[in-house]
Amino acid sequence: MLQNIIEVRNLSKSFDISSKEPGLKGTIKHFFRRQTKSLKVIKDISFEIKEGEIVGFLGANGAGKTTILKMLCGLIYPSEGSILVSGYLPFSRKNNFLKNITLIMGQKQQLIWDLPPIESFYLNASIYDLDKFEAKKRIKKLSEMLEIDEELFIPVRKLSLGQRMKSELLAALIHEPNILFLDEPTLGLDINAQSNLRKFLQKYNKETNATICLTSHYMKDITSLCKRVICVHEGAISYDGKLDLLLKKLSPVKEILIVCSSEEDAIKLEKSGFTVKNKIKNEITIKIENNSITSSLKTILNNFDIEDLFINEPPIDEVIGKLLIKKDYDI
Amino acid sequence: MISNLINRKIFTLLKVQYSNMLEYRVEIALWAISGIIPFFMLNIWTNNNLNESINISDTLLSRYFLCAFFVRQFSVVWVVFSFEEDSLMGKVSPYLIQPLNPFFRYFAQHLAEQITRFPFALIIAFFFFIFNPESIWIPNLSILLLSIVSTFLSFLIQFLIQSIVACLCFWTEKASSIERLLFIPTLFLSGLLAPVVSFPGYVKSWIYLTPFPYLIDFPANLLSGNETNIIGGLSMQILWIILLFPLFKKIWSEGTKKYTAMGS
Repeated sequence: MLQNIIEVRNLSKSFDISSKEPGLKGTIKHFFRRQTKSLKVIKDISFEIKEGEIVGFLGANGAGKTTILKMLCGLIYPSEGSILVSGYLPFSRKNNFLKNITLIMGQKQQLIWDLPPIESFYLNASIYDLDKFEAKKRIKKLSEMLEIDEELFIPVRKLSLGQRMKSELLAALIHEPNILFLDEPTLGLDINAQSNLRKFLQKYNKETNATICLTSHYMKDITSLCKRVICVHEGAISYDGKLDLLLKKLSPVKEILIVCSSEEDAIKLEKSGFTVKNKIKNEITIKIENNSITSSLKTILNNFDIEDLFINEPPIDEVIGKLLIKKDYDI
Repeated sequence: MISNLINRKIFTLLKVQYSNMLEYRVEIALWAISGIIPFFMLNIWTNNNLNESINISDTLLSRYFLCAFFVRQFSVVWVVFSFEEDSLMGKVSPYLIQPLNPFFRYFAQHLAEQITRFPFALIIAFFFFIFNPESIWIPNLSILLLSIVSTFLSFLIQFLIQSIVACLCFWTEKASSIERLLFIPTLFLSGLLAPVVSFPGYVKSWIYLTPFPYLIDFPANLLSGNETNIIGGLSMQILWIILLFPLFKKIWSEGTKKYTAMGS
């Protein structure tokens, strides 16, 4: 039985936000009497994450995903509730806790801009109390996994975004943390670099059994890495569970494009009781519920003269997009 | 434990920051040149014979301002500006979740910059002696060592004061404007524009209760061989460090609770 490595109970976070009316009047009013209000951005959320799990946090911009990650890694202080990560209260930032975690934020860098990444790696190694021999070994291993070699000796400012992101990852993983908080790690990367990064994370998770908490707006990141997702809507959890279950719930039907051998067959099929989306000459698109696909296809193949057949999965972005604007998923 | 920290983390930080600073050697040379205010002040003092009012010879006065230049070169602090920028841009976030207080990074940055600055300061001193050959002197070893210690303590005081102000970023975001308030007393009371001994007696006694005269006046007087209370001066420097350090720790621990990780 896997143990919970992250336990969150009734967590809330509020920020004080100052507001200003537009125009000169508003500016003068704002100068003399600043109006602030407390905005609750995380509302009483609870969840657990088990050791070795990869969990994706989904939500629209401003939903609160990044704030949750920031609280989990101890960067910001929660307003209410409790968090236990690897047995520690994150915000107390004990050295043993900090040596166990890492936070990677897409486009935010910790590498020293004017020096080659190798300098930052050795610096991080000494911060995490690694001796030079061990640091060298880990840099070699991770640079092989990430496929960066010559880049280690080129000033960061001269690296491409993809090379920089890989170097950032190496810097963030040199202490071999067992909990990774990744906030939009593939932001701005090209398709190949995104794919390489995902492969690397899968491999890292497999080899070290590290727990990964991930936010991303690229659905491919979520679908290829996470079995479980936590959906955040306006600071509250709207869904916490398996991704495939959610997708089935959100998209209960599949579209099947059938190419009949003649238009007459297509008309016959149109009148046979299936839900038809559209029909153009001998091509007809029907909608079939996920749980009756096999039996329906059997019926079609046995009773109609079919030339070709295509099963279309609904685009994942479209499906998840629906989720971001809904509050509750009762699954 | 502490020695391990000093030996490994700080040494590596220093090494890396020194490499980084060498990338900016031209800028550092210019910053060193921009610190020649004491030489302008020397000119004003000697041209107007102001030194007669405080019974300091021209030679001792020129040594004082040269030493003030040196002390300033090795105690100048800008942590409030660096921290403010990093804090507003969210760059401080990755440092906050590392097992080393981010201020150690800034501390190493300053020390590395001082090491880079050293040869440029020597060149400026060399030219100063060419134009003022009567000012050439060799301080004895013990005075030299005490002056180095005192200059380092002055740097620590300024670093702590600015770090405290920098932590106000957690509340105000623009802490550098508060630092501007400290600029005036630092400029006038530290001995950069005039030796503190030139102030009227009752003002002097108040000034010596503040940390300002221990930033430049005391170490510069010590190095230049002017009459000064060595034990008293060093004790006051240490006392200010002892007072400022817990204040910094407190404001840091309260401030980080307010951190919102803006820009990230």
